[in-house]
Amino acid sequence: MSDTPSSSPCVDREEIEKIAELARIRIAADQSDEVASRITRILGMFDTLQAADTEGVAPMANPLDATQALRPDTVTEGNRRDDFQAIAPAVENGLYLVPKVIE
Amino acid sequence: MHDQTVAQLARALRDKQFSSLELTEHLLRRIGQLDGQLNSFITVTDEQALDAARRADEALASGRAGPLTGVPIAHKDIFCTRGVRTSCGSRMLDNFVPPYDATVVRQLSDAGTVSLGKTNMDEFAMGSSNENSYYGPVKNPWNAALVPGGSSGGSAAAVAAGLVPAATGTDTGGSIRQPAAFCGITGLKPTYGRVSRLGMVAYASSLDQGGPMARSAEDCALLLNAMAGHDPADSTSTRRDVPDYCADLERPLDGLRIGLPKEYFGEGLNAATGECIQAALKELESQGATLVEVELPNSQLTIPTYYIIAPAEASTNLSRYDGVRYGHRCADPQDLHDLYTRTREEGFGDEVKRRILVGTYALSAGYYDAYYKKAQQARRLIRDDFLACFESVDIIAGPTTPGPAFGIGEKTADPVAMYLEDVYTLAVNLAGLPGMSVPAGFVDGKPVGLQLIGQHFDEGRLLNVAHRFQQVTDWHNRTPELAGGTA
Repeated sequence: MSDTPSSSPCVDREEIEKIAELARIRIAADQSDEVASRITRILGMFDTLQAADTEGVAPMANPLDATQALRPDTVTEGNRRDDFQAIAPAVENGLYLVPKVIE
Repeated sequence: MHDQTVAQLARALRDKQFSSLELTEHLLRRIGQLDGQLNSFITVTDEQALDAARRADEALASGRAGPLTGVPIAHKDIFCTRGVRTSCGSRMLDNFVPPYDATVVRQLSDAGTVSLGKTNMDEFAMGSSNENSYYGPVKNPWNAALVPGGSSGGSAAAVAAGLVPAATGTDTGGSIRQPAAFCGITGLKPTYGRVSRLGMVAYASSLDQGGPMARSAEDCALLLNAMAGHDPADSTSTRRDVPDYCADLERPLDGLRIGLPKEYFGEGLNAATGECIQAALKELESQGATLVEVELPNSQLTIPTYYIIAPAEASTNLSRYDGVRYGHRCADPQDLHDLYTRTREEGFGDEVKRRILVGTYALSAGYYDAYYKKAQQARRLIRDDFLACFESVDIIAGPTTPGPAFGIGEKTADPVAMYLEDVYTLAVNLAGLPGMSVPAGFVDGKPVGLQLIGQHFDEGRLLNVAHRFQQVTDWHNRTPELAGGTA
Protein backbone atom coordinates (compact mmCIF):
# COMPACT_ATOMS: atom_id res chain seq x y z
CA MET A 1 0.00 0.00 0.00
CA SER A 2 1.56 3.25 -1.06
CA ASP A 3 0.78 5.85 1.55
CA THR A 4 2.16 8.88 -0.22
CA PRO A 5 2.73 8.64 -3.97
CA SER A 6 5.98 10.52 -4.50
CA SER A 7 4.99 12.77 -7.42
CA SER A 8 2.14 13.46 -9.84
CA PRO A 9 0.61 10.16 -10.80
CA CYS A 10 0.57 9.49 -14.49
CA VAL A 11 -2.13 7.11 -15.55
CA ASP A 12 -1.47 5.31 -18.77
CA ARG A 13 -3.85 3.67 -21.15
CA GLU A 14 -3.61 0.33 -19.35
CA GLU A 15 -4.43 1.84 -15.97
CA ILE A 16 -7.39 3.79 -17.37
CA GLU A 17 -8.77 0.58 -18.78
CA LYS A 18 -8.41 -1.07 -15.37
CA ILE A 19 -10.24 1.82 -13.62
CA ALA A 20 -12.92 1.89 -16.30
CA GLU A 21 -13.48 -1.81 -15.75
CA LEU A 22 -13.88 -1.22 -11.98
CA ALA A 23 -16.38 1.56 -12.76
CA ARG A 24 -18.17 -0.61 -15.36
CA ILE A 25 -17.81 2.03 -18.07
CA ARG A 26 -16.74 0.91 -21.52
CA ILE A 27 -14.26 3.27 -23.14
CA ALA A 28 -13.76 2.95 -26.87
CA ALA A 29 -10.20 1.91 -27.75
CA ASP A 30 -9.58 5.05 -29.80
CA GLN A 31 -10.51 7.24 -26.83
CA SER A 32 -8.50 5.74 -23.98
CA ASP A 33 -5.37 7.79 -24.65
CA GLU A 34 -7.26 11.06 -24.53
CA VAL A 35 -9.18 10.04 -21.41
CA ALA A 36 -5.88 9.01 -19.79
CA SER A 37 -4.25 12.35 -20.55
CA ARG A 38 -7.20 14.34 -19.15
CA ILE A 39 -7.36 12.21 -16.01
CA THR A 40 -3.60 12.63 -15.57
CA ARG A 41 -4.08 16.41 -15.77
CA ILE A 42 -6.78 16.24 -13.06
CA LEU A 43 -4.67 14.02 -10.79
CA GLY A 44 -1.85 16.56 -11.18
CA MET A 45 -3.93 19.02 -9.15
CA PHE A 46 -3.63 16.77 -6.14
CA ASP A 47 0.08 17.54 -5.53
CA THR A 48 -0.66 20.43 -3.15
CA LEU A 49 -2.79 18.10 -1.09
CA GLN A 50 -0.08 15.45 -0.88
CA ALA A 51 2.26 18.07 0.56
CA ALA A 52 -0.18 19.16 3.28
CA ASP A 53 0.51 18.18 6.89
CA THR A 54 -2.54 16.24 8.08
CA GLU A 55 -0.77 14.22 10.75
CA GLY A 56 -3.21 13.32 13.52
CA VAL A 57 -6.21 15.05 11.88
CA ALA A 58 -9.38 12.95 12.07
CA PRO A 59 -10.99 12.40 8.65
CA MET A 60 -14.28 14.33 8.32
CA ALA A 61 -17.19 12.68 6.48
CA ASN A 62 -19.93 15.09 7.55
CA PRO A 63 -19.37 18.85 7.84
CA LEU A 64 -21.45 18.99 11.04
CA ASP A 65 -19.76 15.85 12.42
CA ALA A 66 -23.24 14.34 12.55
CA THR A 67 -23.67 10.62 12.96
CA GLN A 68 -26.29 8.40 11.38
CA ALA A 69 -29.76 9.09 12.81
CA LEU A 70 -31.62 5.97 13.91
CA ARG A 71 -35.36 5.30 13.94
CA PRO A 72 -37.55 2.43 15.14
CA ASP A 73 -37.41 -0.57 12.81
CA THR A 74 -41.00 -0.30 11.62
CA VAL A 75 -42.54 -0.23 8.15
CA THR A 76 -43.48 3.32 7.16
CA GLU A 77 -43.94 3.01 3.41
CA GLY A 78 -46.55 1.14 1.41
CA ASN A 79 -45.56 -1.35 -1.28
CA ARG A 80 -45.42 0.47 -4.64
CA ARG A 81 -43.65 -2.22 -6.63
CA ASP A 82 -45.90 -1.81 -9.67
CA ASP A 83 -45.22 1.94 -9.85
CA PHE A 84 -41.49 1.37 -9.68
CA GLN A 85 -41.48 -1.48 -12.16
CA ALA A 86 -43.59 0.49 -14.63
CA ILE A 87 -40.51 2.61 -15.40
CA ALA A 88 -38.07 -0.31 -15.73
CA PRO A 89 -36.64 -1.19 -19.15
CA ALA A 90 -37.65 -4.87 -18.90
CA VAL A 91 -39.80 -6.70 -16.33
CA GLU A 92 -41.82 -9.89 -16.30
CA ASN A 93 -44.16 -11.17 -13.59
CA GLY A 94 -42.84 -8.61 -11.11
CA LEU A 95 -39.19 -9.47 -11.81
CA TYR A 96 -36.50 -7.33 -13.45
CA LEU A 97 -35.09 -8.97 -16.55
CA VAL A 98 -31.35 -9.08 -17.26
CA PRO A 99 -29.30 -11.19 -19.69
CA LYS A 100 -28.82 -14.81 -18.59
CA VAL A 101 -26.31 -15.00 -15.70
CA ILE A 102 -26.20 -18.75 -14.95
CA GLU A 103 -25.53 -21.15 -17.83
CA MET B 1 -45.69 41.19 -14.56
CA HIS B 2 -42.46 39.37 -15.39
CA ASP B 3 -40.31 42.18 -13.97
CA GLN B 4 -41.74 41.75 -10.48
CA THR B 5 -40.29 39.89 -7.55
CA VAL B 6 -41.96 36.95 -5.81
CA ALA B 7 -42.92 39.26 -2.93
CA GLN B 8 -44.50 41.79 -5.32
CA LEU B 9 -46.33 39.11 -7.30
CA ALA B 10 -47.69 37.43 -4.17
CA ARG B 11 -49.03 40.79 -2.97
CA ALA B 12 -50.58 41.59 -6.35
CA LEU B 13 -52.24 38.17 -6.44
CA ARG B 14 -53.72 38.68 -2.97
CA ASP B 15 -54.86 42.18 -4.00
CA LYS B 16 -56.54 40.67 -7.10
CA GLN B 17 -54.57 42.89 -9.51
CA PHE B 18 -54.35 39.80 -11.73
CA SER B 19 -55.00 36.11 -11.28
CA SER B 20 -52.46 33.32 -11.01
CA LEU B 21 -53.89 31.95 -14.26
CA GLU B 22 -53.23 35.26 -16.06
CA LEU B 23 -49.72 35.42 -14.63
CA THR B 24 -49.01 31.78 -15.51
CA GLU B 25 -50.31 32.21 -19.07
CA HIS B 26 -48.17 35.32 -19.49
CA LEU B 27 -45.00 33.56 -18.37
CA LEU B 28 -45.71 30.43 -20.44
CA ARG B 29 -46.10 32.72 -23.44
CA ARG B 30 -42.77 34.38 -22.67
CA ILE B 31 -41.09 30.99 -22.37
CA GLY B 32 -42.52 30.05 -25.77
CA GLN B 33 -41.31 33.30 -27.32
CA LEU B 34 -37.91 33.65 -25.69
CA ASP B 35 -36.55 30.33 -24.52
CA GLY B 36 -35.49 29.32 -28.01
CA GLN B 37 -32.68 31.87 -27.54
CA LEU B 38 -31.72 30.63 -24.08
CA ASN B 39 -32.49 26.89 -23.80
CA SER B 40 -33.10 27.34 -20.08
CA PHE B 41 -35.94 24.79 -19.86
CA ILE B 42 -35.69 21.07 -20.60
CA THR B 43 -39.40 20.47 -20.05
CA VAL B 44 -42.25 22.99 -19.87
CA THR B 45 -45.34 21.61 -18.12
CA ASP B 46 -48.04 23.90 -19.54
CA GLU B 47 -51.08 21.87 -18.61
CA GLN B 48 -50.04 21.01 -15.07
CA ALA B 49 -49.10 24.68 -14.57
CA LEU B 50 -52.49 25.95 -15.73
CA ASP B 51 -54.24 23.43 -13.46
CA ALA B 52 -52.13 24.47 -10.49
CA ALA B 53 -52.80 28.14 -11.26
CA ARG B 54 -56.56 27.52 -11.27
CA ARG B 55 -56.30 25.76 -7.90
CA ALA B 56 -54.23 28.67 -6.57
CA ASP B 57 -56.86 31.14 -7.76
CA GLU B 58 -59.52 29.17 -5.88
CA ALA B 59 -57.41 29.32 -2.73
CA LEU B 60 -56.85 33.05 -3.24
CA ALA B 61 -60.58 33.62 -3.74
CA SER B 62 -61.53 31.69 -0.63
CA GLY B 63 -58.96 33.36 1.62
CA ARG B 64 -56.86 30.20 2.08
CA ALA B 65 -53.82 31.72 0.40
CA GLY B 66 -50.34 31.58 1.90
CA PRO B 67 -47.38 33.85 1.18
CA LEU B 68 -46.49 31.96 -2.04
CA THR B 69 -49.92 30.95 -3.31
CA GLY B 70 -50.20 31.32 -7.07
CA VAL B 71 -46.55 32.32 -7.60
CA PRO B 72 -44.94 30.59 -10.60
CA ILE B 73 -41.60 28.85 -10.09
CA ALA B 74 -39.47 26.30 -11.94
CA HIS B 75 -37.52 23.32 -10.67
CA LYS B 76 -34.01 22.39 -11.64
CA ASP B 77 -34.35 19.10 -13.50
CA ILE B 78 -32.51 17.32 -10.69
CA PHE B 79 -35.61 17.32 -8.45
CA CYS B 80 -37.90 14.35 -8.97
CA THR B 81 -41.39 15.32 -10.13
CA ARG B 82 -44.11 12.70 -10.08
CA GLY B 83 -45.30 12.00 -13.61
CA VAL B 84 -42.92 14.55 -15.17
CA ARG B 85 -39.65 13.47 -16.81
CA THR B 86 -36.64 14.19 -14.56
CA SER B 87 -33.55 13.98 -16.75
CA CYS B 88 -30.82 15.48 -14.56
CA GLY B 89 -29.42 16.80 -17.84
CA SER B 90 -28.38 13.28 -18.83
CA ARG B 91 -29.15 10.85 -21.60
CA MET B 92 -29.11 8.25 -18.81
CA LEU B 93 -32.37 9.67 -17.41
CA ASP B 94 -33.86 11.02 -20.65
CA ASN B 95 -36.75 8.56 -20.26
CA PHE B 96 -37.03 8.67 -16.44
CA VAL B 97 -40.46 9.63 -15.11
CA PRO B 98 -40.32 9.43 -11.32
CA PRO B 99 -43.22 7.85 -9.43
CA TYR B 100 -42.79 10.37 -6.59
CA ASP B 101 -42.05 14.02 -5.83
CA ALA B 102 -38.87 15.29 -4.18
CA THR B 103 -39.64 16.67 -0.72
CA VAL B 104 -38.72 20.18 -1.94
CA VAL B 105 -41.14 19.84 -4.85
CA ARG B 106 -43.92 18.69 -2.52
CA GLN B 107 -43.21 21.50 -0.01
CA LEU B 108 -43.34 24.20 -2.68
CA SER B 109 -46.44 22.68 -4.22
CA ASP B 110 -48.12 22.52 -0.78
CA ALA B 111 -47.22 26.21 -0.38
CA GLY B 112 -49.33 26.93 -3.47
CA THR B 113 -46.59 27.69 -5.99
CA VAL B 114 -47.20 26.89 -9.66
CA SER B 115 -44.39 24.97 -11.35
CA LEU B 116 -43.88 25.94 -15.00
CA GLY B 117 -41.43 23.14 -15.70
CA LYS B 118 -37.92 21.77 -15.33
CA THR B 119 -34.78 23.77 -15.98
CA ASN B 120 -31.61 22.85 -17.84
CA MET B 121 -28.45 21.94 -15.97
CA ASP B 122 -25.02 20.37 -16.29
CA GLU B 123 -25.36 16.60 -16.43
CA PHE B 124 -25.79 15.22 -12.89
CA ALA B 125 -24.91 18.74 -11.65
CA MET B 126 -21.28 18.27 -12.71
CA GLY B 127 -20.11 21.47 -14.32
CA SER B 128 -19.64 25.21 -13.98
CA SER B 129 -20.94 26.39 -17.36
CA ASN B 130 -24.04 24.37 -18.26
CA GLU B 131 -22.12 23.10 -21.30
CA ASN B 132 -22.31 19.52 -20.01
CA SER B 133 -26.05 19.12 -20.58
CA TYR B 134 -27.35 16.36 -22.86
CA TYR B 135 -29.95 18.95 -23.92
CA GLY B 136 -27.41 21.51 -25.12
CA PRO B 137 -25.85 24.55 -23.48
CA VAL B 138 -27.85 27.37 -21.88
CA LYS B 139 -27.09 30.94 -23.06
CA ASN B 140 -26.52 33.79 -20.66
CA PRO B 141 -29.46 36.26 -21.04
CA TRP B 142 -27.03 39.18 -20.70
CA ASN B 143 -24.99 38.02 -23.69
CA ALA B 144 -25.78 34.89 -25.68
CA ALA B 145 -22.10 34.24 -26.37
CA LEU B 146 -21.49 33.71 -22.65
CA VAL B 147 -22.20 30.76 -20.37
CA PRO B 148 -24.83 31.26 -17.62
CA GLY B 149 -22.67 29.34 -15.14
CA GLY B 150 -23.52 25.94 -13.75
CA SER B 151 -24.67 23.59 -12.77
CA SER B 152 -28.01 25.38 -12.08
CA GLY B 153 -27.56 27.45 -15.26
CA GLY B 154 -31.09 26.96 -16.57
CA SER B 155 -32.67 28.16 -13.32
CA ALA B 156 -30.39 31.23 -13.22
CA ALA B 157 -30.96 32.15 -16.86
CA ALA B 158 -34.74 31.68 -16.62
CA VAL B 159 -35.00 33.97 -13.58
CA ALA B 160 -32.67 36.60 -15.06
CA ALA B 161 -34.64 36.63 -18.32
CA GLY B 162 -37.96 37.11 -16.55
CA LEU B 163 -39.33 33.74 -17.66
CA VAL B 164 -40.08 32.82 -14.05
CA PRO B 165 -39.63 34.86 -10.84
CA ALA B 166 -37.86 32.11 -8.89
CA ALA B 167 -36.47 28.62 -9.30
CA THR B 168 -34.93 25.87 -7.26
CA GLY B 169 -31.27 25.01 -7.62
CA THR B 170 -28.76 22.70 -6.01
CA ASP B 171 -25.23 23.50 -4.91
CA THR B 172 -22.50 20.90 -4.42
CA GLY B 173 -19.52 23.19 -5.06
CA GLY B 174 -21.07 26.49 -6.12
CA SER B 175 -23.86 25.40 -8.46
CA ILE B 176 -26.41 27.89 -7.07
CA ARG B 177 -24.03 30.79 -6.29
CA GLN B 178 -21.87 30.81 -9.43
CA PRO B 179 -24.74 30.86 -11.97
CA ALA B 180 -26.56 33.40 -9.78
CA ALA B 181 -23.45 35.60 -10.01
CA PHE B 182 -23.05 35.11 -13.77
CA CYS B 183 -26.72 35.93 -14.46
CA GLY B 184 -27.13 38.79 -11.98
CA ILE B 185 -29.64 37.16 -9.62
CA THR B 186 -29.70 36.24 -5.92
CA GLY B 187 -29.06 32.65 -4.84
CA LEU B 188 -28.75 30.91 -1.49
CA LYS B 189 -27.10 27.62 -0.64
CA PRO B 190 -28.35 26.70 2.83
CA THR B 191 -26.41 24.90 5.54
CA TYR B 192 -25.84 21.22 4.79
CA GLY B 193 -28.91 19.39 6.13
CA ARG B 194 -31.22 22.44 6.23
CA VAL B 195 -33.18 21.36 3.13
CA SER B 196 -34.21 17.76 2.42
CA ARG B 197 -32.27 15.88 -0.24
CA LEU B 198 -35.00 13.26 -0.77
CA GLY B 199 -35.79 13.06 -4.46
CA MET B 200 -32.87 15.30 -5.39
CA VAL B 201 -30.74 13.15 -7.69
CA ALA B 202 -27.52 12.50 -5.76
CA TYR B 203 -24.12 13.74 -6.93
CA ALA B 204 -21.95 14.05 -3.80
CA SER B 205 -24.12 13.31 -0.82
CA SER B 206 -22.02 14.98 1.89
CA LEU B 207 -21.93 18.25 -0.11
CA ASP B 208 -25.25 18.45 -2.02
CA GLN B 209 -27.79 21.01 -0.84
CA GLY B 210 -30.88 22.48 -2.50
CA GLY B 211 -31.79 26.14 -2.27
CA PRO B 212 -33.68 29.07 -3.80
CA MET B 213 -32.68 31.29 -6.75
CA ALA B 214 -34.62 34.52 -7.31
CA ARG B 215 -34.20 38.24 -7.92
CA SER B 216 -33.98 39.38 -4.32
CA ALA B 217 -32.95 38.22 -0.87
CA GLU B 218 -36.52 38.73 0.32
CA ASP B 219 -37.69 36.27 -2.36
CA CYS B 220 -35.06 33.75 -1.30
CA ALA B 221 -36.30 34.10 2.30
CA LEU B 222 -39.90 33.46 1.23
CA LEU B 223 -38.86 30.33 -0.67
CA LEU B 224 -36.54 29.05 2.04
CA ASN B 225 -39.40 29.32 4.53
CA ALA B 226 -41.21 26.71 2.45
CA MET B 227 -38.18 24.54 1.63
CA ALA B 228 -36.37 24.22 4.97
CA GLY B 229 -37.15 21.65 7.63
CA HIS B 230 -36.56 18.13 8.87
CA ASP B 231 -37.52 15.27 6.59
CA PRO B 232 -37.78 11.85 8.22
CA ALA B 233 -36.97 10.37 4.79
CA ASP B 234 -33.55 12.12 4.64
CA SER B 235 -31.44 10.94 7.53
CA THR B 236 -28.97 13.80 7.04
CA SER B 237 -31.63 16.52 7.30
CA THR B 238 -31.45 18.45 10.55
CA ARG B 239 -34.06 18.43 13.29
CA ARG B 240 -33.39 22.06 14.18
CA ASP B 241 -36.39 24.37 14.19
CA VAL B 242 -36.91 26.53 11.11
CA PRO B 243 -36.97 30.24 11.94
CA ASP B 244 -39.07 32.69 9.92
CA TYR B 245 -36.43 33.84 7.44
CA CYS B 246 -38.43 36.99 6.65
CA ALA B 247 -38.55 38.13 10.29
CA ASP B 248 -35.09 39.72 10.50
CA LEU B 249 -34.68 41.06 6.98
CA GLU B 250 -34.85 44.70 8.08
CA ARG B 251 -32.48 44.36 11.04
CA PRO B 252 -29.91 47.21 10.97
CA LEU B 253 -26.29 46.26 10.23
CA ASP B 254 -24.83 48.33 13.08
CA GLY B 255 -22.08 46.38 14.77
CA LEU B 256 -22.02 43.61 12.15
CA ARG B 257 -18.48 42.28 11.77
CA ILE B 258 -17.67 41.15 8.23
CA GLY B 259 -14.56 39.04 7.68
CA LEU B 260 -12.68 39.45 4.41
CA PRO B 261 -10.44 36.43 3.74
CA LYS B 262 -7.22 37.76 2.29
CA GLU B 263 -6.98 34.59 0.17
CA TYR B 264 -10.17 35.68 -1.67
CA PHE B 265 -8.78 39.05 -2.71
CA GLY B 266 -5.36 38.07 -4.00
CA GLU B 267 -3.88 36.82 -7.22
CA GLY B 268 -6.44 35.31 -9.58
CA LEU B 269 -9.21 37.81 -8.86
CA ASN B 270 -10.18 39.87 -11.90
CA ALA B 271 -9.38 43.52 -11.07
CA ALA B 272 -12.69 45.00 -12.22
CA THR B 273 -14.62 42.29 -10.33
CA GLY B 274 -12.58 43.13 -7.25
CA GLU B 275 -13.54 46.81 -7.59
CA CYS B 276 -17.26 45.92 -7.65
CA ILE B 277 -16.80 43.82 -4.52
CA GLN B 278 -14.91 46.62 -2.74
CA ALA B 279 -17.68 49.07 -3.61
CA ALA B 280 -20.30 46.67 -2.25
CA LEU B 281 -18.32 46.24 0.97
CA LYS B 282 -18.07 50.02 1.35
CA GLU B 283 -21.85 50.18 1.08
CA LEU B 284 -22.21 47.66 3.90
CA GLU B 285 -19.64 49.60 5.90
CA SER B 286 -21.65 52.80 5.45
CA GLN B 287 -24.63 50.96 6.96
CA GLY B 288 -22.67 50.31 10.15
CA ALA B 289 -20.77 47.10 9.45
CA THR B 290 -17.10 46.72 10.34
CA LEU B 291 -14.72 45.12 7.85
CA VAL B 292 -12.06 42.84 9.32
CA GLU B 293 -9.31 41.00 7.44
CA VAL B 294 -9.30 37.28 8.22
CA GLU B 295 -7.28 34.30 7.06
CA LEU B 296 -8.23 30.90 5.68
CA PRO B 297 -4.73 29.41 5.69
CA ASN B 298 -5.72 26.07 4.16
CA SER B 299 -7.44 27.66 1.15
CA GLN B 300 -4.90 26.22 -1.27
CA LEU B 301 -6.14 22.73 -0.33
CA THR B 302 -9.73 23.45 -1.34
CA ILE B 303 -9.67 22.53 -5.02
CA PRO B 304 -7.79 19.22 -4.72
CA THR B 305 -9.84 18.24 -1.64
CA TYR B 306 -13.13 18.92 -3.39
CA TYR B 307 -12.09 17.20 -6.60
CA ILE B 308 -11.28 14.04 -4.67
CA ILE B 309 -14.27 13.95 -2.31
CA ALA B 310 -16.96 14.93 -4.83
CA PRO B 311 -15.87 12.46 -7.56
CA ALA B 312 -15.37 9.71 -4.95
CA GLU B 313 -18.95 10.15 -3.72
CA ALA B 314 -20.19 10.51 -7.29
CA SER B 315 -18.53 7.26 -8.35
CA THR B 316 -20.49 5.36 -5.70
CA ASN B 317 -23.76 7.29 -6.13
CA LEU B 318 -23.77 6.86 -9.89
CA SER B 319 -23.15 3.12 -9.69
CA ARG B 320 -26.95 2.81 -9.42
CA TYR B 321 -27.32 3.52 -13.16
CA ASP B 322 -27.07 -0.02 -14.43
CA GLY B 323 -29.75 -0.26 -17.11
CA VAL B 324 -31.84 -2.62 -14.97
CA ARG B 325 -34.36 -0.67 -12.90
CA TYR B 326 -34.90 2.65 -14.69
CA GLY B 327 -33.25 4.99 -17.15
CA HIS B 328 -31.25 4.18 -20.27
CA ARG B 329 -30.49 0.57 -21.23
CA CYS B 330 -28.27 -0.34 -24.18
CA ALA B 331 -29.78 -2.34 -27.03
CA ASP B 332 -29.25 -6.12 -27.24
CA PRO B 333 -26.94 -6.68 -24.25
CA GLN B 334 -24.85 -9.83 -24.74
CA ASP B 335 -24.42 -10.53 -21.04
CA LEU B 336 -24.74 -8.71 -17.72
CA HIS B 337 -21.28 -7.15 -18.00
CA ASP B 338 -22.05 -5.87 -21.48
CA LEU B 339 -25.38 -4.47 -20.20
CA TYR B 340 -23.63 -2.48 -17.47
CA THR B 341 -20.62 -1.22 -19.39
CA ARG B 342 -22.38 -0.28 -22.62
CA THR B 343 -25.39 1.28 -20.85
CA ARG B 344 -22.99 3.49 -18.89
CA GLU B 345 -20.81 4.28 -21.91
CA GLU B 346 -23.88 5.46 -23.84
CA GLY B 347 -25.79 7.08 -20.98
CA PHE B 348 -23.09 9.25 -19.41
CA GLY B 349 -21.38 12.28 -20.98
CA ASP B 350 -17.62 12.91 -20.94
CA GLU B 351 -17.36 15.00 -17.74
CA VAL B 352 -19.51 12.57 -15.75
CA LYS B 353 -17.34 9.69 -16.95
CA ARG B 354 -14.19 11.59 -15.98
CA ARG B 355 -15.45 12.24 -12.46
CA ILE B 356 -16.55 8.63 -12.02
CA LEU B 357 -13.11 7.47 -13.16
CA VAL B 358 -11.26 9.93 -10.89
CA GLY B 359 -13.46 8.90 -7.97
CA THR B 360 -12.99 5.21 -8.67
CA TYR B 361 -9.23 5.76 -8.81
CA ALA B 362 -9.21 7.70 -5.52
CA LEU B 363 -11.17 4.97 -3.77
CA SER B 364 -9.31 2.01 -5.24
CA ALA B 365 -7.01 -0.28 -3.31
CA GLY B 366 -3.59 1.27 -2.79
CA TYR B 367 -4.77 4.85 -3.27
CA TYR B 368 -7.53 5.19 -0.68
CA ASP B 369 -5.29 6.51 2.13
CA ALA B 370 -3.26 8.78 -0.13
CA TYR B 371 -6.26 10.39 -1.76
CA TYR B 372 -9.64 9.89 -0.13
CA LYS B 373 -8.55 9.74 3.51
CA LYS B 374 -6.09 12.59 2.99
CA ALA B 375 -8.87 14.70 1.42
CA GLN B 376 -11.20 13.98 4.36
CA GLN B 377 -8.46 15.13 6.75
CA ALA B 378 -7.90 18.29 4.71
CA ARG B 379 -11.65 18.86 4.71
CA ARG B 380 -11.56 19.15 8.50
CA LEU B 381 -8.69 21.66 8.31
CA ILE B 382 -10.67 23.73 5.79
CA ARG B 383 -13.81 23.71 7.93
CA ASP B 384 -11.87 24.54 11.10
CA ASP B 385 -10.37 27.61 9.37
CA PHE B 386 -13.90 28.96 8.92
CA LEU B 387 -14.92 28.13 12.49
CA ALA B 388 -11.84 29.98 13.75
CA CYS B 389 -12.80 33.06 11.68
CA PHE B 390 -16.31 33.01 13.07
CA GLU B 391 -14.90 33.49 16.57
CA SER B 392 -14.16 37.09 15.60
CA VAL B 393 -16.61 37.90 12.77
CA ASP B 394 -20.34 37.36 12.13
CA ILE B 395 -20.21 36.68 8.41
CA ILE B 396 -17.53 36.38 5.72
CA ALA B 397 -17.69 38.24 2.40
CA GLY B 398 -15.83 38.18 -0.90
CA PRO B 399 -16.33 37.58 -4.60
CA THR B 400 -18.49 34.62 -5.71
CA THR B 401 -16.28 34.00 -8.74
CA PRO B 402 -12.80 35.08 -9.88
CA GLY B 403 -14.30 36.99 -12.83
CA PRO B 404 -17.52 37.49 -14.76
CA ALA B 405 -19.12 34.94 -17.12
CA PHE B 406 -16.75 33.45 -19.71
CA GLY B 407 -17.49 32.53 -23.31
CA ILE B 408 -19.26 29.37 -24.41
CA GLY B 409 -16.54 26.93 -25.48
CA GLU B 410 -13.77 28.96 -23.82
CA LYS B 411 -12.87 26.44 -21.10
CA THR B 412 -14.19 23.13 -22.39
CA ALA B 413 -10.82 21.86 -23.62
CA ASP B 414 -9.22 21.85 -20.17
CA PRO B 415 -11.17 20.36 -17.24
CA VAL B 416 -8.76 21.89 -14.71
CA ALA B 417 -9.26 25.46 -16.06
CA MET B 418 -12.99 24.92 -15.55
CA TYR B 419 -12.47 23.60 -12.00
CA LEU B 420 -10.53 26.76 -11.05
CA GLU B 421 -13.69 28.80 -11.67
CA ASP B 422 -15.08 27.41 -8.40
CA VAL B 423 -12.15 28.47 -6.23
CA TYR B 424 -14.21 30.73 -3.90
CA THR B 425 -17.32 28.58 -3.63
CA LEU B 426 -16.09 25.01 -3.04
CA ALA B 427 -14.87 25.48 0.53
CA VAL B 428 -18.35 26.53 1.68
CA ASN B 429 -19.69 23.10 0.70
CA LEU B 430 -16.74 21.27 2.25
CA ALA B 431 -17.44 23.15 5.50
CA GLY B 432 -21.24 22.71 5.21
CA LEU B 433 -21.83 26.46 5.66
CA PRO B 434 -24.61 28.58 4.15
CA GLY B 435 -23.53 30.86 1.30
CA MET B 436 -25.20 33.44 -0.92
CA SER B 437 -24.47 35.29 -4.10
CA VAL B 438 -25.88 38.80 -4.35
CA PRO B 439 -25.76 41.02 -7.48
CA ALA B 440 -23.07 43.67 -6.92
CA GLY B 441 -22.41 45.41 -10.23
CA PHE B 442 -21.28 44.83 -13.78
CA VAL B 443 -18.01 44.44 -15.63
CA ASP B 444 -18.36 45.22 -19.35
CA GLY B 445 -22.08 44.50 -19.14
CA LYS B 446 -21.52 41.20 -17.32
CA PRO B 447 -22.98 40.75 -13.81
CA VAL B 448 -20.76 40.38 -10.72
CA GLY B 449 -21.75 38.48 -7.57
CA LEU B 450 -20.88 39.31 -3.96
CA GLN B 451 -20.55 36.15 -1.90
CA LEU B 452 -21.72 36.12 1.72
CA ILE B 453 -20.81 33.14 3.89
CA GLY B 454 -22.48 32.50 7.23
CA GLN B 455 -22.11 30.32 10.28
CA HIS B 456 -23.92 26.98 10.30
CA PHE B 457 -27.70 27.58 10.31
CA ASP B 458 -27.30 31.38 10.17
CA GLU B 459 -29.11 31.77 6.82
CA GLY B 460 -31.25 34.49 8.44
CA ARG B 461 -28.22 36.73 8.91
CA LEU B 462 -27.08 36.32 5.32
CA LEU B 463 -30.57 37.14 4.03
CA ASN B 464 -30.68 40.15 6.36
CA VAL B 465 -27.36 41.54 5.09
CA ALA B 466 -28.28 40.88 1.45
CA HIS B 467 -31.70 42.48 1.92
CA ARG B 468 -30.25 45.62 3.53
CA PHE B 469 -27.77 45.84 0.65
CA GLN B 470 -30.61 45.52 -1.86
CA GLN B 471 -32.54 48.33 -0.16
CA VAL B 472 -29.84 50.79 -1.22
CA THR B 473 -28.63 49.24 -4.50
CA ASP B 474 -30.52 48.29 -7.63
CA TRP B 475 -28.16 45.73 -9.23
CA HIS B 476 -30.68 42.95 -8.51
CA ASN B 477 -33.43 44.89 -10.32
CA ARG B 478 -31.49 45.26 -13.58
CA THR B 479 -32.84 43.07 -16.35
CA PRO B 480 -31.28 42.05 -19.66
CA GLU B 481 -32.94 43.08 -22.90
CA LEU B 482 -34.19 40.15 -24.93
CA ALA B 483 -35.57 40.51 -28.41
CA GLY B 484 -39.12 39.40 -29.09
CA GLY B 485 -40.84 39.25 -25.69
CA THR B 486 -44.28 40.72 -25.05
CA ALA B 487 -44.41 43.34 -22.35
